[in-house]
Amino acid sequence: MSQATLAIRRISGHAGPAPGAGVERAEQVCKLVDTTTCIGCKACEVACLEWNGYAFSQTTFNNSYQTMPTTSWNYWNLIKFNEHEREDGALMLLMRKDQCMHCAEPGCLAACPADGAIVQYTNGIVDFQQQNCIGCGYCVSGCPFDIPKFNSNTKKMFKCTLCSDRVSEGLEPACIKSCPTGCLHFGTKDDMTFLAEKRAQQLRENFGMEKAGVYDPQGVGGTGVIYVLHDVSNPEAYGGLPKDPYIPWVVQFWKGPAKWIGNLAMLGGIIGVTLHYLRFGPKQVNGWKHKEGGKP
Amino acid sequence: MSVSQVVSPVRTGDASGDRIQRYSLGERVNHWIGGLFYIYCLVTGLGFWSPYMFWMVVLVGGGPAARFWHPWLGLVFFASVCWMCKLWFRDMVITPEDRAWHAAIDHYIRNEDEDLPPIWRFNWGQKIFFWLMFYGAILLLISGCGLWWVESIPWSLRWLRYLSVTVHVTAALATIGGFIIHVYMGTAMVRGGFTSIIRGEVSAAWAKTHHRLWYEQVRKGTAGRE
Repeated sequence: MSQATLAIRRISGHAGPAPGAGVERAEQVCKLVDTTTCIGCKACEVACLEWNGYAFSQTTFNNSYQTMPTTSWNYWNLIKFNEHEREDGALMLLMRKDQCMHCAEPGCLAACPADGAIVQYTNGIVDFQQQNCIGCGYCVSGCPFDIPKFNSNTKKMFKCTLCSDRVSEGLEPACIKSCPTGCLHFGTKDDMTFLAEKRAQQLRENFGMEKAGVYDPQGVGGTGVIYVLHDVSNPEAYGGLPKDPYIPWVVQFWKGPAKWIGNLAMLGGIIGVTLHYLRFGPKQVNGWKHKEGGKP
Repeated sequence: MSVSQVVSPVRTGDASGDRIQRYSLGERVNHWIGGLFYIYCLVTGLGFWSPYMFWMVVLVGGGPAARFWHPWLGLVFFASVCWMCKLWFRDMVITPEDRAWHAAIDHYIRNEDEDLPPIWRFNWGQKIFFWLMFYGAILLLISGCGLWWVESIPWSLRWLRYLSVTVHVTAALATIGGFIIHVYMGTAMVRGGFTSIIRGEVSAAWAKTHHRLWYEQVRKGTAGRE
């Protein structure tokens, strides 16, 4: 979804600095998901489909309230339901709104080879520009949250836009708008972090959840979606939220030092054969040399 | 080997007054199918590799088209390598003569060809290039499938996604290294080589200079290296 009104911080696959990058600054936007007050009503799933114009699609039933196993190219917002046994034996139904995390250091953007197919706006939203996407799927390898999904008909990648279209017009994202319990909040990163920490403190002090805390992983520079968890020491219990996500080392190496090593090696090869030719020249066949007196 | 045989022994115009068939029509067609599709995958692959080379992708029809065709035409390249393997497998086995030649490779690099031990149809470098492309094509195919259907690799096996990237990049760079040397030697360095892979023929002097044992074997009209 191209949003020309939003200034750009970074774009993918661009040779040299991105035009306009750093010209404008903006408050970082952030979604706060308080998993302790989520009731699993899926209003956010419906709102997401409605706003983005997708119909419900066929799904599978796997003895869970969960709508489908994972997010898909036309289903960007999914409540993950997980049955979890607490240490004291109590059974908990953990519900977490799964979606793109809008990392400050996005692995998808780092991995993407197509010029401008992934952008990070100055407000921190990471957005796919399908008109520039070549459908290679490198972002799938770059993402530590397994979020980008491929549409095999259009051969383009899709994911949550954090309603960049709504946010650019001063509206909150559709999922936030629909939440009936106040589990979802939207605002600046600073405000949301403050609110989240306050809620976590409340859970620790008043509800006996000593391990309650805020999930804002620093391995990806912090995220534009933060969670309040009952037990922040075990995010994996919430439908596989990684404990310490980071851009895979392979992707970091591939998009970093490997580029220079590879390019220098290729350049070295071309320079090497050129120097060889200048020094030694072409091979002469004995017969020619003798018969024609060493014709060059 | 049925492919090495003397043709038109009375043709003149070179040192010894005859020309020798070095590559059959099938071998030449095979070589150029492989070469053409390798170059397509090289150009598009370099575009995916670095933003500074993305313009190459634009030259061949743009990003989405390149992304669509790269794996399919890569399969054609792989098929051509399989065919090449069928044609040349026996000729490409490294022999004791090759080891002796390799020990004296400094002479080859310095164009002191008269100091090199005699060899059969292909020299050690050509054989190494063949095997580099052969194993490279296998690795590129397997890792390429991982990149092609990256989403089908389950999250729990995501190390396979990262392995695919690593293997594809490493194998591609290795073949590019071989490719640069191959093109240089086939066109600029070894005069007569480029003509031979187009028209199929070399002069007797060329054969005698570069592939003495093969030349003698062809002269005797015997089939097979042994």
